[in-house]
Amino acid sequence: MVPLSWYLVLSAALFAIGVAGVLLRRNLIVVFMAIELMLNAVNLSFVAFARQLGAEDGQVIVFFVMAVAAAEAGVGLAIFIQLFRARETLQADQVSTLRW
Amino acid sequence: MSPLVFVVLAALTLGAAVAVVLNRNPVYSALALVSTLALLSCFFVGLEAYLVWALQLVVYAGAIVVLFLFVIMLLNVQREESVLPAPGVVAGVGVGAGLLALGVAHAVTRAPAVAMPAVAEGYGSPAHLARRLFTDYLVPFEITSVLLLVAIVGAVVLGKRRI
Repeated sequence: MVPLSWYLVLSAALFAIGVAGVLLRRNLIVVFMAIELMLNAVNLSFVAFARQLGAEDGQVIVFFVMAVAAAEAGVGLAIFIQLFRARETLQADQVSTLRW
Repeated sequence: MSPLVFVVLAALTLGAAVAVVLNRNPVYSALALVSTLALLSCFFVGLEAYLVWALQLVVYAGAIVVLFLFVIMLLNVQREESVLPAPGVVAGVGVGAGLLALGVAHAVTRAPAVAMPAVAEGYGSPAHLARRLFTDYLVPFEITSVLLLVAIVGAVVLGKRRI
């Protein structure tokens, strides 16, 4: 059996890769995917802690995280479509103004 | 889940996650994201969270990534010539990764390496989770439904050319 700490290390590494993606990439869609990576890293810790404690609360919270991620993806991608119509680009450094 | 299986799956997952971040073509990034999410779902099986495993595959690897691919192909996003930004940012991220590795190494060497305790019969089954969801977590559940409704309306309004 694998101890809890192994899952937490994997979760931390995944979260760090997600943070690096948000910081390094300029393409907004890839930045969004990096955010999904971070959400999934947190989900893994929730499920691992739920298993360690023998409680199911962590798994219930994963359900809510997934709902929020789905809502975020839907609204965010709609914003990207509008942004692309207005600016013809999805590079973050070319759309640094919120109003034009 | 045996340690060997865990290490192999973890290496594959981390490799796929790095591929999400470093690919120049957003379509390849999205495909790497599918791999990452599917590999992560294997850990959910190992943790006996079977409903979460199913939801991960259906909602995340299915619906959300398909949405990403749809938008990438709709907008015809071109591949980038250079992925990495200024050297200062790269150096900062490298330093942050080093600090994280140090912290993780410190935490792991101090953590007791005991196996997880056994769980009760039916742990992680849809019946158990549904019971928690509709009793203790009823208010957050209802708020989630409102959130999804707001997101649907918002996405439709944002998607229209003229309101």
